[in-house]
Amino acid sequence: MSSPAGLIIAEPELTDPRGAVDATLPDSTHAAAPPLLRQDPGRFLTVLRSVAIGMVGVVLFGTAWAAVSARSGQLPGPVQTLSTLVELLTQAFDTNGPAGQGIGLQLRDSLVRVLKGFLLATVIGVPVGFAMGLIPTMHRMWNPIVQIFRPVSPLAWFPIWLTIMVKADPAAVLVIFVSAVWPTILNTAAGADSVPVDQLEVARVFRFSWVTRLREVVIPHALPSIVTGLRLSMGVAWMVIVAAEMLSAASGIGFYVWQSYNGPGLAHVISAVLVIGVVGLLLDLGFQALGRRVAHVGARS
Amino acid sequence: MSLVVDGVWKGFATRTGTQWVLRDVSLTIEAGQFIALIGHSGCGKSTLLGALGGLVPIDAGRIVLDGNEVRSPGPDRAVVFQRYSLLPRLSLARNVAVAVRSSRRDWPKTKVDEAVERTLRAVGLWEHRDKKPHQVSGGMQQRCAVARAFAVEPRVLLLDEPFGALDALTRARLQALLVDLWSSESDTEMVVMVTHGIDEAVLLADRVVVMSGPSGPSIIDVIEIDIPRPRDRVTISDDPAFRTAQARLLDLLERDLNWEVA
Repeated sequence: MSSPAGLIIAEPELTDPRGAVDATLPDSTHAAAPPLLRQDPGRFLTVLRSVAIGMVGVVLFGTAWAAVSARSGQLPGPVQTLSTLVELLTQAFDTNGPAGQGIGLQLRDSLVRVLKGFLLATVIGVPVGFAMGLIPTMHRMWNPIVQIFRPVSPLAWFPIWLTIMVKADPAAVLVIFVSAVWPTILNTAAGADSVPVDQLEVARVFRFSWVTRLREVVIPHALPSIVTGLRLSMGVAWMVIVAAEMLSAASGIGFYVWQSYNGPGLAHVISAVLVIGVVGLLLDLGFQALGRRVAHVGARS
Repeated sequence: MSLVVDGVWKGFATRTGTQWVLRDVSLTIEAGQFIALIGHSGCGKSTLLGALGGLVPIDAGRIVLDGNEVRSPGPDRAVVFQRYSLLPRLSLARNVAVAVRSSRRDWPKTKVDEAVERTLRAVGLWEHRDKKPHQVSGGMQQRCAVARAFAVEPRVLLLDEPFGALDALTRARLQALLVDLWSSESDTEMVVMVTHGIDEAVLLADRVVVMSGPSGPSIIDVIEIDIPRPRDRVTISDDPAFRTAQARLLDLLERDLNWEVA
């Protein structure tokens, strides 16, 4: 048993709480009025200003575009493109247009392929990443393969997948998978590998089981890295899908770009490019929002 | 009931060869004792604490707790780390609960819940039990870490500079809390605390182990602090025994400084 022990902190004695202390302080009823704060411009004005500055950029870009367009004679200008874009968007879900089905339906086909490939990459990439991040042997085993394949353009895989899968559609999905799996693996591994030593020691001292350590320590710590990996993967996948569909597909936004080039012309192509950009931005914003939700709290780790 | 450190060696490989941090360390800690390990940074005090906890494998010698050799962490020993050792995504209550459940797998749920509530109440955090670590102050986080350590009902409590990162007033309150918990609330038999504060060591400990590095013996002296408990942190500085111990420790640490500034 422990020895009878104890430690006392003496409380400061206050004989007369309204005595000596109060006399030295200014009377609160005669406190000076607080100075006026500088006027906050307000949220509305702040937003308005940043939108206006953004518009300046758009106008400058449009002017340069119009100038190039006027000199070349081939390139449609911003005004012409914009009217084409509006036309395309009003017919977005038509089944029969100048370049096959409408741009909305093409987008849907592309998104379905990207989603399939992306999910496959997530389902495989996250566990492989954890294995590589947590088990040094796994890292040594898989790292050379990752490092060799990662810099290869995913399109180089297309003939391989086409031969294996025979059909173009699953081949495109697998190309997306190959493009998207590396950032997920590497970022998951980095997240799982970077758990602070203090937290790992806590897990050891209190003899956490393997499952508890993973659930309460490693996964919570790795979550922001994983989401970063997914975001990068989605970015690459969205870039690659266009090229993959241009190579060989009967639908999709990439197919649409190529069909427009061969058929109705560059105004359609540029409109499609703008649509691709906006969709990519929206996907990225979605993952950014997810990233903020799982971001580490406080200033540490 | 005792914790015996017998001829322990621990070295780390460096470019110039092995640097022996623990050199033939022998020490016996009896039940009911509060031990402070003091020394300059790099003297091996935290390494020794880690070895007692079973976190640091030793190269030679033995550490024996009641006849059982210590080789790995166990439920009979709990550690309070310097800081940031709470799991950041779990509430304070869950931080304690997960540790108790993992450390004491044979305890029924009611006993785990009871331990969590009792210790969190003892450190005054029961009202804040649903908050995350980042939502409370550093002192409250450390109180939670102390609660977590006591909640597993360890025989030996190991503290690695637990209050070093706190401001002086908070540190004083936590020192008092620690001694209170140890003496009244728990069945914990021994406390070993790493510190670099001379006053803290003398105020809290029954024996202060002075360590040195990187040559000569690891332990250069063990000083008995013969001041009766309960000790009052305000009046203790008038106690001649406090002054003697303080001066002795200051002298030992001053003389040991030459290797560090090299």
